[in-house]
Amino acid sequence: MTNRIYRAADGVEAGAPPPSRVTTPVKISARDVSVFYGEKQALFDVSLDIQDKTVTALIGPSGCGKSTFLRTMNRMNDTIPDARVTGRIDMDGEDVNARAVDPVLLRARVGMVFQRPNPFPKSIWENVAYGPKIHGLTTSKSELDDVVQNALKRAGLWDEVADRLGQSATGLSGGQQQRLVIARAIAVNPEVILMDEPCSALDPIATARIEELIDELRERFCIVIVTHSMAQAARVSQRTAFFHMGRLVEAGDTEEIFTNPRERRTLDYITGRFG
Amino acid sequence: MTDAADMTPAAPVAAPSAPLRDRLAAGLKRRHARENRFRWYGRLAIIAALAFLALLMGRIVSQGYTAFYIHTAAVAVHLDPAKVDRGYPAGSNFEQMAAEQMLARWGETDDAAGTKAKALRSLFSSELKFRAAEMVTRQPGLIGETVPVTAPLSDDADLYLKGKISRDVPSDQRRLSDQQLNWLDRMQADGLVASRFNSALFLNGDSTEPELAGVLGAVVGSALMLLVTALIAIPLGVGAAIYLEEFSPRNRISELIEVNINNLAAVPSIVYGLLGLALFINWMHLPRASPLVGGLVLALMALPTLIIATRSSLKAVPPSIREAALAMGASRTQAVFGHVLPLAMPGVMTGAIISMAHALGETAPLLLIGMISFVPGVPAAIDQPAGALPSLIYIWENASERAFHERTAAAIMVLLAFMILMNAAAIILRRRFERRW
Repeated sequence: MTNRIYRAADGVEAGAPPPSRVTTPVKISARDVSVFYGEKQALFDVSLDIQDKTVTALIGPSGCGKSTFLRTMNRMNDTIPDARVTGRIDMDGEDVNARAVDPVLLRARVGMVFQRPNPFPKSIWENVAYGPKIHGLTTSKSELDDVVQNALKRAGLWDEVADRLGQSATGLSGGQQQRLVIARAIAVNPEVILMDEPCSALDPIATARIEELIDELRERFCIVIVTHSMAQAARVSQRTAFFHMGRLVEAGDTEEIFTNPRERRTLDYITGRFG
Repeated sequence: MTDAADMTPAAPVAAPSAPLRDRLAAGLKRRHARENRFRWYGRLAIIAALAFLALLMGRIVSQGYTAFYIHTAAVAVHLDPAKVDRGYPAGSNFEQMAAEQMLARWGETDDAAGTKAKALRSLFSSELKFRAAEMVTRQPGLIGETVPVTAPLSDDADLYLKGKISRDVPSDQRRLSDQQLNWLDRMQADGLVASRFNSALFLNGDSTEPELAGVLGAVVGSALMLLVTALIAIPLGVGAAIYLEEFSPRNRISELIEVNINNLAAVPSIVYGLLGLALFINWMHLPRASPLVGGLVLALMALPTLIIATRSSLKAVPPSIREAALAMGASRTQAVFGHVLPLAMPGVMTGAIISMAHALGETAPLLLIGMISFVPGVPAAIDQPAGALPSLIYIWENASERAFHERTAAAIMVLLAFMILMNAAAIILRRRFERRW
């Protein structure tokens, strides 16, 4: 498989990129994606391929556009008034921004986990069952129970909540809530899971559990994670894309980015010289 | 996106030099003094508010509590066959018979014109006549006998027995003569007078006779009106708020609508009365002075505040809940009705009930649609003429009979109780719907 990843946004190709070790097919391919919030442009011509069954980390300083880019993939920017997206994002070769694509269906295929755990103020069971319910994925209560149980197991939460599924989800700890939200996302069996700094509100132990979970989930899902922590990017991801000031500076295998970046700015960022 | 990285280590703090320390100490004192001062302002304000409230409530209660009981007299009425109109018993002058009976009992002689009987008769309420007539209608065989009838005393007699008419006032400045006062004392000495709970106040509609007047007509009128208001304003207001807050595009038109709603909330209520008069009565020909029209006018008046309250409670729902639902693939409607609205419900409920309570106390618009007028009886439907509690208070306060004044205070208490009931309902509903997130 040829490598289609590299295309430095500022157009400077610094020598031939080394061949990627990640060989899974491309799931999402973004081409010249720009995002505007009213007059302000937040993202400039980003082109990036995201591979299936892989964890792709989006790193960069605050306000660099990585979350904005993440939100273009499930069209969450649609919910912001005045937000405008140009360019093309293909998922399995289909334009997600096409008029014919219903964002509701797209979001059933692309799950999302937010920075702060945001369970619904309902019971644990109801949280996980919500997606299958609204999308009509199950036909009976027992089937739904199975789906809930499986999702909670896959999210590594089952053992902790099995005996209190009827209790309020807001009573869980932050780390448990975040795993519950992940369970809620995978209960509809999405193809892609987007994670927007999923560990930034958690303590190191809860963070370690989520990272383990991400590693397990990689077997079945295409995962894109925005993170502030370079250590986390290095630990969980196979591919890394570095954003700066709304532009994609460099993307490549995580190992490559962290050991041998081709761009000066990437090097400066990962060595902590700015950001 | 938030910053977790902007954490520069704090520069080591050098121990402050002595003068700096003194300055800090002086400043600290000032800061504490300011805080204390503010605390005291707050306490004073609350004390003043409580004092005014106590004054208000004390005045209303001390003025109105006497309206809750009334004096009745048990009199013997000789149903003289010559004087009872068999065909129309209520047309017979039973008060006269009772008065004559009483004079005879006391051994007093009347003049030819019956002046004494006339004066004594006026101490009884016209209710006496109706009760006696009812007895006769039910049992015509009673005619010719002497029967005991218990009926309220007239409003002036009642006031005297309540101690509100004093003998010290020169007799030409009070409504009862010395002779009438003597009779009342005598009736009391004979044990004919009893004081009992004034059930008429709660069971009767308005009347020109204070001792027979009650608030029921106004309470029912207000309740029917509020029902119409709630049925129209709550669904319309909450629906409009949900649309404006969650669905409508943000553009010039929606901004214009928002500004207009805010302006409408500030429009004086009498203007809504004028609108109601022009629209509902003159143009749509709905029945004047009916709870239907009153409710429609109050609904128009309540809508802006209701919309504003609902919108702000929708706004207060954390956006993360909305995002969570949308990111799960919920449609906007599913997100709003499944997650946002339930969380906003306590606020919506409170807004709705407070605007209803506000509507309940509104008087000015009722003025223009004819609801401030004397309406005897109790309305049975929303298209019948009815009064309302605030308008009843206004009418009674303006009445010339002194006995209406204590009833005004009593009606105010009923209105306040109505409102306290509604606010209690608001609190209970709020508690029930409240959830943490």
